[in-house]
Amino acid sequence: MNIYVILKRTFDTEEKIAIQNGKISDDGAEFIINPYDEFAVEEAILLRDKHGGEVTVVSVGDEDNEKELRTALAMGADNAILINTEEVEEKDQHTTASILAAFFEDKAYDLILGGNVSNDNSTGQVGPRLAEQLNIPCVTTITDIEIEGDTVTVERDAEGDTEILKTSIPLLATAQQGLNEPRYPSLPGIMKAKRKPLEEIDYDELDIDEDDIESLTETVTVFLPPEKQAGKILQGETADQVKELVTYLHKETKIL
Amino acid sequence: MDFQLDEDIQFLKNNIRNFVENEVEKVAMQIEKEDKIPERTIEMAKEMGLFGLSIPEEYGGLGIGMVGKCALYEELGKTHNGFTTLIGAHTGIGTVGIVELGNEEQKQKYLPDMASGKKIGAFALTEPEAGSNAANLKTTAVKKGDKYILNGTKHYITNATEADVFTVMAVTDSSKGAKGITSFIVEKDFPGFQVGAIEEKMGLKGSHSAELILEECEVPEENVLGEVGKGYVNALKILTNGRAGLAARNLGSCQKLLDMSLEYAQERKQFGVPIIEHQAVAHMIAEIGVETEALRSFTYRVAWMVDQGEKLIKEAAMLKLYGSEVYNRVADKALQIHGGVGYISDYPIERYFRDARITRIYEGTSEIQKNIIAGQLRKEYS
Repeated sequence: MNIYVILKRTFDTEEKIAIQNGKISDDGAEFIINPYDEFAVEEAILLRDKHGGEVTVVSVGDEDNEKELRTALAMGADNAILINTEEVEEKDQHTTASILAAFFEDKAYDLILGGNVSNDNSTGQVGPRLAEQLNIPCVTTITDIEIEGDTVTVERDAEGDTEILKTSIPLLATAQQGLNEPRYPSLPGIMKAKRKPLEEIDYDELDIDEDDIESLTETVTVFLPPEKQAGKILQGETADQVKELVTYLHKETKIL
Repeated sequence: MDFQLDEDIQFLKNNIRNFVENEVEKVAMQIEKEDKIPERTIEMAKEMGLFGLSIPEEYGGLGIGMVGKCALYEELGKTHNGFTTLIGAHTGIGTVGIVELGNEEQKQKYLPDMASGKKIGAFALTEPEAGSNAANLKTTAVKKGDKYILNGTKHYITNATEADVFTVMAVTDSSKGAKGITSFIVEKDFPGFQVGAIEEKMGLKGSHSAELILEECEVPEENVLGEVGKGYVNALKILTNGRAGLAARNLGSCQKLLDMSLEYAQERKQFGVPIIEHQAVAHMIAEIGVETEALRSFTYRVAWMVDQGEKLIKEAAMLKLYGSEVYNRVADKALQIHGGVGYISDYPIERYFRDARITRIYEGTSEIQKNIIAGQLRKEYS
């Protein structure tokens, strides 16, 4: 079975976000494999161990993504491919999905796994967009997957309820929390990962038209949520406090 | 001169840091209360390959040098010292003897299982009458046909209750003193081998030390480790190479105490300001910082010497002494900075304070290290 995992490098979940010159600053920030993509890597390895075949992780970005690709190799993936888009100035989910679609055009794949969303932009678009462009079935937020021959049974998290779907390969599925518990890369695995292939291709080596990957999104402004204000303590008689509270909720917060 | 760690080592180090922060720290209080490391934590450590730190790649281990090992031990030192000791004793004195002195058959037989953690290693030198005076062993090994028959008692043996494979020192020729000692690989299932009661300790909970009772214990001749009569030299060699690793674990604990002290001193307010604004506290932080950094430099220098194959009896003893003393001073200052909170068992500081204390005693006391250092210095200047 040929399994591909599309993987994004994202901010560590514990990083504090800072904005500089209207953009999110990544100065000194720690990066990780997007946690939802990590579920996808783990599931790909489990499926390969069960059904045989190979796991290839693909990431769109720049050379820094090598670290996350190496981590996936250390977890047990067989191959890694970096599609370098450093030269592309304006990028959005459409850009990434179109580049991936061009990449997958001549590939033989049975299953493409990815995360349900990324922990930075959280749009959850790249997976479904890619499936649409490849014209293959897509199931999002999966919490279980069983493959028998060409038939795939998938459980997906439908806003708290569970949907059970039957579909077939080739398939693109995106992982939800609960799908599995990703392993820590083993230390010997890390040493072996050095010897595994990590191929780098430039996006313009793909059969792609510049116009087709142009960003469809315009970022108007980037801002942090307002800082939490100190609480207000009401004083005096209870009846007066109630009056004051109602006025406050009505006039200042406009909740009432 | 290059103080930069290799990219691979940095990668390994980051992974151990994640594991320690996410998996070991969350059970640290549990380990302390139950005097037991959860099975799941040990299993995860095995899956990660932590038990194969000292073992060459061809036997299923990691195959990294001492500088790399120290970088990893430093991360392991940042969590519960009982957990660190289980791993440290196995990967240090528990396996290094077979790695350094074992013949090919012995390596093939034992190392792959020790690398995966299927078999745990321990080192058995100390006896009731032979602590600092390590050559005063009473355990005997008498050759009988193709076997050696061992009789005697070992005590304070770290990992005794968990271990499957022991490096045991015993006297094969009592007329030759230190030159009449031989090392043996003893399996826990050999006839006449028994583990005694667990010794209750002041700290290092979760890591267990116990007595070993060897009563007509039969050890096949092929389990002699290294040459007959070289056991004392072997023991010193195993201990010497282990010293950089021990210092690196102490270094990790010092760094953790520095981190916790810095965080606390900036949060805790007294007299209207964070206590770090008070010079007495700020100076203690500075002292912890300096000693930790000095220990870091010294540790990696000695580790580098090990990797170069240099003779380092003096430096290893200096590092063992310095690392242990620094850890104790740092733990004391960290506790002082934390005040009452530092003394309460719901917080980890007092645990580090207790765990630090053994480092001045085990694997050669501070006083014995000073004897070694003075002896070596006298040799250099005579």
